[in-house]
Amino acid sequence: MDLANKLAILADAAKYDASCASSGANKRDSRDGKGVGSAGGSGICHSYTPDGRCISLLKILLTNRCIYDCHYCINRRSSNVRRTAFTAEEAVTLTLDFYKRNYIEGLFLSSGIVRSADHTMEQVVQVARTLREQHDFRGYIHLKTIPEASPELIEQAARYADRISINLELPTQTSLDRLAPEKNLARTQQAMGRIKLKLDEAHDRRKNGDRKLRHATGQSTQVIVGADDSTDADFLARSDVLYGTYRMRRVYYSAFSPIPEPSVVLPVKAAPLVREHRLYQADWLMRNYGFRTSEILPPETPNLDLRIDPKLAWALRNRQDFPLDVQTATREQLVRVPGLGLRNVDRLITIRRHTRVRLEDLARLRVSLPKVRPFLITADHHPARYILESDRLIDRFLPKPVQLDLFDDADR
Amino acid sequence: MRTVDPGDCFETWRAAARRLLQEAVPPAEVIWEGNALPCLFEELAAYKVNADKLVVPAAFMDLAKSVACHADPDRWALLYRILWRIARGGERSLIEISSDPEIAKARRMEKGVRREIHKMHAFVRFRKVGEDDEGRERFVAWFEPDHFIVEAGTPFFVKRFANMDWSIFTPKGCAHWIGSVLKFSPGCAADPCEDPDQMEDIWRVYYRSIFNPARLKLKMMQTEMPKRYWKNLPEADLIDSLITESRERVDGMLAETPRAVRPILKNAYLEKLRNLPEVAEGE
Ligand code: SF4
Repeated sequence: MDLANKLAILADAAKYDASCASSGANKRDSRDGKGVGSAGGSGICHSYTPDGRCISLLKILLTNRCIYDCHYCINRRSSNVRRTAFTAEEAVTLTLDFYKRNYIEGLFLSSGIVRSADHTMEQVVQVARTLREQHDFRGYIHLKTIPEASPELIEQAARYADRISINLELPTQTSLDRLAPEKNLARTQQAMGRIKLKLDEAHDRRKNGDRKLRHATGQSTQVIVGADDSTDADFLARSDVLYGTYRMRRVYYSAFSPIPEPSVVLPVKAAPLVREHRLYQADWLMRNYGFRTSEILPPETPNLDLRIDPKLAWALRNRQDFPLDVQTATREQLVRVPGLGLRNVDRLITIRRHTRVRLEDLARLRVSLPKVRPFLITADHHPARYILESDRLIDRFLPKPVQLDLFDDADR
Repeated sequence: MRTVDPGDCFETWRAAARRLLQEAVPPAEVIWEGNALPCLFEELAAYKVNADKLVVPAAFMDLAKSVACHADPDRWALLYRILWRIARGGERSLIEISSDPEIAKARRMEKGVRREIHKMHAFVRFRKVGEDDEGRERFVAWFEPDHFIVEAGTPFFVKRFANMDWSIFTPKGCAHWIGSVLKFSPGCAADPCEDPDQMEDIWRVYYRSIFNPARLKLKMMQTEMPKRYWKNLPEADLIDSLITESRERVDGMLAETPRAVRPILKNAYLEKLRNLPEVAEGE
């Protein structure tokens, strides 16, 4: 099979993995080296496909042969998809050819499981080693690892990579047993724990002056949303553990997507994209806005409201905390106002030292006035109590009902 | 009324603005134009002598440097108005008031410039045109920015591609890194080397294959990759057909007969996996 055909199959095989950020590497570039590449800071999206996803890394599987049988996955052993494999050399050359043309930030390499976890890991590590050692490649490398691979191999991967990851895929063992029978949640978390220790160790060594140390700086993971009946609360609780205990850089939520080779165990349906989006928003609020999981999803509502964003949903449940005066409220309070983001809150805190903030100031900061109005007091605006208390407050935020077939293509 | 023409050169603007400020010429009495040729650095030395009696916040200089790259012909006048208010109008903290109409406008321009530098880093596509005797590869690219960002955007490429030779041609100035020496030259009207690179076909195969037809998010794609960049992206002419085919591809998947589960293979590793001891969660 020629390279183009292999690439078509092995990129197709990799596309369901959303966890492909290229940020957070140790800063470096090619000026004192022989090869190409630089990294550090936030990664660059070199293109976008019509699914709205960014192309940052060359995301491929080394092979799509796999002895596992994960029912959401096109590569599982029960699928009739065409099988192929890159040689290490092919994967290396392709990465360099793309990189030199500025198509990508680096490589995201994963693989179906062939023969055993260790055997597979060795092949994956080999590609990264060749890029780093033979070609002095200084771009980004993200390697997917397998929890059952030996810790030594995983650590080798971490030495060549900037990011390593193991996908959790589903938030409970019950779901894994049904949909990914070879996968084990406890073993996965155990491997994540070991990786965390190594990452911490490397971080300390760099901090203590070992500037040359080459080591991954973070780990991440992906969960599939909508393949099992886990609630959003299940996902967010799992994420809490992942961020807290294993210091994940990111948990990626990937809407379970139809695949051309559906399984009897898991009938395909349209991808729940809005739900995926709301989970990202909730995750973001937990990590950056000081929200606790229990605030975003109190016990009586285990699922996010798909119609409105989770911060607005929280505010509507906690109207007693509003309205807030933009002139005097604390930063912690202001970041909880629907429609105010972190950057604008910081700007407002600076601005209010010099002037009385008015609605037009908010407008110039590109804050959505309809959204903040019910919750915020400004020099020229005091929201009416009855609006804040009204049962119909939520209606102001819902999109106007549209004739669906007329707007079916609204996105285009 | 005075007329000043810094072209697209920040240093020229700065020198002129400093002199006007020292002579207390209010903004309403200056007409700023932007037609002059690129920077005339020699002339500037003269102004630098009596410099810096007028202290302006560093944050203003940072903002001004970015805004200077903006294509809006009004940028020089806007910057001078802001400078005047800070230095002569007693509004020392003006730069911190992001909601002031003029600061807000300047910040928007700054954002546009930053964003375009970022897009240059993202969307420049090098094409390989050859190799020298020692095997050092040579690449060229054609990029069409809205703003004057070539100089500000180039250091990124020097760091990343230090060991290749390359030129980035644009209508607003060109950058060349040849034999590890960086040079800039005036812009050119059209792409001077139109030969495609065969690797572009492979790249298009990748683009087509990494797209998931079951999740169309076109607005997202277009916000991040505005249409005006498409004509220089080799993958962009696939977009329309990928969108049109997607519905059919998804319908096909939904109509597909589900595949039966294949029995577990005889495999020593899978065997071992089944017999691994339980790990307690949280261990
Ligand atoms: S291990 Fe599971 S998810 Fe990974 S390639 Fe194999 S079947 Fe797919």
